Formats: sequence, C-alpha cells, structure tokens
Amino acid sequence: MPDKPKIAMYWAASCGGCEISLANLHANILAVDAAFQLVFCPCLVDGKKRDVEALKDGELLITFFNGAIRTDENQEMAHLLRKKSKILIAYGSCAYEGCIPGLSNFHSKQDHFKAIYLDNPSIENPQKIVPQTETKVPEGTLTIPAFHDRVRTLAQTVDVDYFLPGCPPESFKVWEVIDSVIQGKALPPKGTIIGAGKCTVCDECEKKKEDKKIKRLYRTHEIVPDREKCLLEQGILCMGPATRDGCKAQCPNNADMPCTGCYGPPSGVRDQGAKMIAALGTALDLGDVSTLSEEQVAARVEEVIKAIPDYAGMLYKYSLPGSILGGKR
Amino acid sequence: MKRITIDPITRLEGHGKIEIFLDEQGDVANCYFQIPELRGFEQFCVGRQAEEMPVITSRICGVCPEAHLMAAVKACDQLFGAEPPPAAKKVRELFYSAFFVTDHTTHFYALGGPDFIVGPEAPAAERNILGVIHKVGLETGQKVIETRQRNHQVIQKVGGRAVHPVAALPGGWSKPISEELRKEIEETALKNVEFGLFSLQAFDDIVLKNKAYLDLIVSDVYHHKTYNMGTVDERNLVNFYDGMIRVTDPEGREFAKYPCRDYAQHIAERVEPWTYLKFPYLKNVGWKGLVDGMDSGVYCATPLSRLNAADGMATPLAQEHFEKMYQTLGSKKANGRYQPVHHRLVTHWARLIELLYAAERMLELARDPEITSPDVRKIPERITGEGVGSVEAPRGTLTHHYVSDERGVLKKVNLIVGTTNNNAPISMSVKRAAERLISKGQVSEGLLNKVEMAFRLYDPCFSCATHSLPGHMPLVVDIRDSRGGLVESLRQDG
Repeated sequence: MPDKPKIAMYWAASCGGCEISLANLHANILAVDAAFQLVFCPCLVDGKKRDVEALKDGELLITFFNGAIRTDENQEMAHLLRKKSKILIAYGSCAYEGCIPGLSNFHSKQDHFKAIYLDNPSIENPQKIVPQTETKVPEGTLTIPAFHDRVRTLAQTVDVDYFLPGCPPESFKVWEVIDSVIQGKALPPKGTIIGAGKCTVCDECEKKKEDKKIKRLYRTHEIVPDREKCLLEQGILCMGPATRDGCKAQCPNNADMPCTGCYGPPSGVRDQGAKMIAALGTALDLGDVSTLSEEQVAARVEEVIKAIPDYAGMLYKYSLPGSILGGKR
Repeated sequence: MKRITIDPITRLEGHGKIEIFLDEQGDVANCYFQIPELRGFEQFCVGRQAEEMPVITSRICGVCPEAHLMAAVKACDQLFGAEPPPAAKKVRELFYSAFFVTDHTTHFYALGGPDFIVGPEAPAAERNILGVIHKVGLETGQKVIETRQRNHQVIQKVGGRAVHPVAALPGGWSKPISEELRKEIEETALKNVEFGLFSLQAFDDIVLKNKAYLDLIVSDVYHHKTYNMGTVDERNLVNFYDGMIRVTDPEGREFAKYPCRDYAQHIAERVEPWTYLKFPYLKNVGWKGLVDGMDSGVYCATPLSRLNAADGMATPLAQEHFEKMYQTLGSKKANGRYQPVHHRLVTHWARLIELLYAAERMLELARDPEITSPDVRKIPERITGEGVGSVEAPRGTLTHHYVSDERGVLKKVNLIVGTTNNNAPISMSVKRAAERLISKGQVSEGLLNKVEMAFRLYDPCFSCATHSLPGHMPLVVDIRDSRGGLVESLRQDG
C-alpha cells in the first residue's frame, strides 16, 4: 500500500519511554499500521538516516519527536525532521519542556567529563582519557557528536507545530490524537497543547479535598498518608495544583503517591515551579500571625517549609529548560 | 581506506553507530561500535532528595524504568536504614516479574526476533514487529499484544503507571495488593506461563528446526569466550530481584561471588576517546583490550550469562527448558553446573527461558498468602548516608550506589547499568561478525543487518548506558510574601 501517509518517530536525548507509550497503544497499533507507514523509528523499524534524507521536503505527514536537544546529532536530526515533516509534534516532556534530564541545566558542562570519566569511584583511567569529537585511529578518523552546554527543548531549536505533554504521554491520550488524524478531523491551531486537558491534576484526582491548611510538610518516605484525603493537605508536596490534567491523576489515584508534575504547567501558566510556590503560599497554615513581627513570620514559614531540602529539584523536576529559570545563565 | 557506516543502528533502545573499515582487498581491517550520546544522571542527581531517585532514575530508561526504580529503592532502603517488611519485598518482586515478562516479550517479538521470524535478509521495511505479525498471523500477533497489555496493566495497578511507575518507597511500597487485584494477577500469571511455553515452542519451530538458523547460531560468527555475571539466590539459582552477584570464568568455574555493596572491589571502568560509553571489566583480571579468553577481564551480563553463571532455574518448567538448552548445545556438567555456552545468539533462547521463569515466579508470588498483607511500609527512623542496590535488569546486572548527607540529600551517585556491562562484548561481537561476514568488499543491506544482529542479541539499551553527566551550577529561588519580603531563599550552590 504505497499510498499510506508516511510518519516517523524519533528520539533525541530521551529514555525510550515515549516509544513504549506508542507501543502501549496495544491492539490500536494495528490501526496505526493500517492508516500510516512508519518509515523511521530507530527503536522499532530499520529505516536509516539516509532514508530520511532521501525523502522530499514535507513528505512525512507527522513526526513524533521525543527527547531533548543535548548534542550536535540531536540538533541535526531536529532540523532534518522539521524539513521533511508537514507536522512536527514535540512528543513527551523532554521535547516539550526538557524533563528530568533537563535538571542537568543546574550544572555547567565544564565539570562534566571530569565527574563521569575521571572521578567516578569505579573509574580506572590513569591516562585521563576523555571522549573526543574526533579521534584518529590507525584506519581513519572516528567522530562522535559534540555535547552541548545545556539541554534545550525542541521549540528552542526548531519551529514546532504541536506539543504533546507527559512523561511519557499516557497511551490513551496518544490514541485520541492519532485517532482524530485517522478520522480526518480538523487540526487545532498551531502551537496547541494536544493530548491533555486544560485544568490541573487536582481536577482529576479522586481524593477528598478540604481547605488546605498545611502545618508542616513531609517527604514521601516519612508518612503513611490517609488514602482517602488530598495528599497536599496532609503535607506531602503534591504538584497537582501546578500540573496540567489529562493523565487521570494516576499517581495519587492508583498509587497514593503525589503528582510529580510530568504534564507540565496547566494552561495559562508559564512557569510550573512558580505556580507551585504560589499554591504553597496560600496553603501554608501559619496560625495567627497578627501579633508577630516580619522576622517572626518568616521564621514560622521557614519552620513549615524546611522539611523539603530540594525545592529546585521538586518544583522544576520536568520543566527546567523550558521554564523562566531555564537553569544555567 | 574505504569505510562503511551503519547509522543509526536500529531495533534497540538508544543511539549507536557502527564504523567498518575495509582494507585494499575489501576485507575488514577494523570495526568500531560507537555510542554518540550522553545524557547524564550521576551528577545532576547530586543535590536531589534520595527518596526521589526511584522516580528520577526511571527516566534513564523508559523501556526498563522498573529496573532503575527497583535498584534505586533498594539503595534507598539502605540509605534510610529501613528494611522493608516481607510482604513489601514480595510485592516488589511480583511487580518486577510482570515487568520481565513484558520486557522480554518486547525484545523477542519486536526487536531481536524479527531477524529470525521475518528473516535476517528480508526487506528492511518488513523486519519489524508489524512484519512479524504479517508473517506469523494476526492470532499470534494478538497473543503478543495481549501479553504486553495485561502485564502493563499489572504494572499500572501495582505501581501506579504503566510507564514510569511511582509506588516504590524506601522501606517498602506505597500500597498493598487487594484480594481482588491478587486474583487478577494470578490469572495474568497463568496466561504468562502459557505464553512463555508458546514462545519457546515458537523458537523451537522457527529457529531450531531451521538448519540455516541453527548453523548460524553455532557458527563462529557470533562466538566469544568471556566471563559471565548474574545474580543468584542462596541455592545458586537465577534470581532477578535479590541475591549475590556471581561471576564464572570462561570454563564455568566460580570466579567471584559477592554482595552488591562490594561491587567496586570487583568492577572497574575504562574510558576510550571515540565513544561516550565506558567499558567495565573485572578488576581482578584486568583490562587487556577488546579480546576474550581467561586472561581478559571482559565479562558479559545478559540472559545467557545469567544462566551460564547459575546452577539452574528456581521454577520447574524453566528448569526443564534450561536443561534442554544446555543438552541441545552439547554442554556437559562440570564444576556443579553446565559448561557455559558462548554462542551469543543463544541469548535469544535464554531470554525466553527467563521469560518463562518470570511468569512462573509471578504465579508463585500471586499465590503466596502474604502477598495481600497490608504491612508494606516501614517508616525510616535514621539516615545511614549510604546505600548500594542492585537487581538483574533484563539487559544485565544493574547497580546504583548513593552517598547522602545527614538529611538524605545526595552527595555522590554512581551507576553501573545493565547494558554498560556489555559494552566490550558488544564491540567484540560486532567486529567479529563484520570480519566473518564481509569479504572482498562484498556488502549487501541484508549482510549489514547480520552485523547488526551481533549487537541486537544483547538487547542493548544505550539510553540506560549513557546516563552519566556532571557539573555544578548555582541556582537561587527567592520566595517572597505578598508585601515583597523575602520568606525563603532557596539555593543550589555551584
């Protein structure tokens, strides 16, 4: 069937979970096969880079691009696939906002090779060899792509048509998106966040919510929460209020674990970490502060929030490269 | 010198390329297996709260997040000094068994298997899971799809999510298993045992009964004599969740057996300038280059290695197939176990025996009266500041080592990942396959695929293997109250 529209799925700096989220369409993968020709997806099929280069510009109807941009190779593939695709979708948290590997933007490149290749406890490297972009070997020159100073999102690299959040995107939402293309439905405006809701994880969370009055915060291993009640109200740092819905709030609903924020900020919110700080600001119960000095109020706030040592990692776990902070300046 | 580049290599997890150099006669002068990616977790995990590591390190690999989740939480059990209750350990192992079933299924039918089922020299566009379904029929295809689906449902219900689950906590598991869910898991496990047997039968019919394939398997194209590594229980039988790490030499004699906390006394890592991936080797043998044999510290940690390093399987049907595999390949018992099999393509067979074992183990655990115990959490009472956790990932022994401060904030992280163990053997296997298969400059696409089969048998995951990355950068977040007063200044120091 040569007439089927061609699609691709590519991983840049990624973990492969996005490919699994596609494979987890389960029986619907057969419907994808019936409707499209998957010509490039290194995880699953044998198309090579030269096969993509041989395509006409725009010949790919859709490319699902997952992974962040970390190396020259990631960047080159982003440009190549942008050129060859009518619709380029930033698929999953890494391509959309940088995700957990984006936490590396808290760190500079300089110490990078030192820690991995020289200082690691199991390393034996007396000659202090570190990887080079070009290495002369007796037979010729070997190359590996340069490693960039920082992690960038796909939209910080090339023009992106749509964003599909989640780490990874939940398969039932991926199917909604693909099915709407198969059905020939009208495409949403460019730049739309697809395969997700517009509100917050709290809207999908089944736990009972009351007024949020947090007297102290807990780390997850420190407390066995009441599984009927809102985790944040019990002092667990649940990112629900600062995270887009669409996932069916599975972490709290299925596992009594807090949302860690993998769908990124809800609509209208630019910075997920700032949104969560704002949510915490209104939820902390400081008691009666009317008679206290500013310093005493600050001390009381400190008392409540000091239980969490790493706010940077907790509030920007998925969103650092795409956030206002961005990481390294 | 003429060169052939395979870029990217396909049907694996992560990035890789192969450079083959041909001499004047068109024979292989050398071959390099390069990993062009690096993402980095070892350094940016510094400063993180240790209990977040199961969720954070899951993102090393979305194909085997459960393995990182489990190694991380086991390291955290020690770091927080919280031994999980027996039921929690059983829930973890049950969850982990479901994961092994789906992961090995994915490899056999979608990644490695198409080379046999569709054929190594079949058109490239057909050598994939969809080609497999077209070839074996929709009914078998549906069996594969259903197996992945029902096990991902178990992962989701027990772990919270189907990909990147979240229920692992230092000292236990976030939620017990209800009786209703237990029954469902038992049903799933029964179907898994059936599917394991079905897959072994399929391997027998498609691969072993095909003389050309059998010849390929036992030829010297895919053969290397190295040390083998795997985790064993107290009876020296294969275990994925816990036990001692055992290393046997190329003749099958026990070379070392140690708890994972001693890993650094046994494993060292070498760096080469032409690849981002390090080369681990046995420290007490030493690095002699990319060569096999008794004097080379190169070892292998794969399904076949695990079987080679163990005395047998802990479940009855898997044990039957274990015996059959070694006997079919003419291995004799010596030193208390079968002599190791070094034909690397046999790894596919070993993987299916492991799939059957995981299914049987899952069934045992689903029928264990303790599995529905509500007692699945121990709240940590002290922070020890250090933990080493290891499991058998589908792709090899996985070790996480953390050091923290008195608040459980990480100061040092070292990870030796399943696939990384096999970097040297993979390089050697790819080179040997290229040398044996390419001559006089005669190269076809199908033949290059046979070179790729040499890495594919290891089921490598280079997303996992290229986890490392360090550096330091200060971050300051000021939290101000409504009047603009500074409430808290959060900083990560550079």
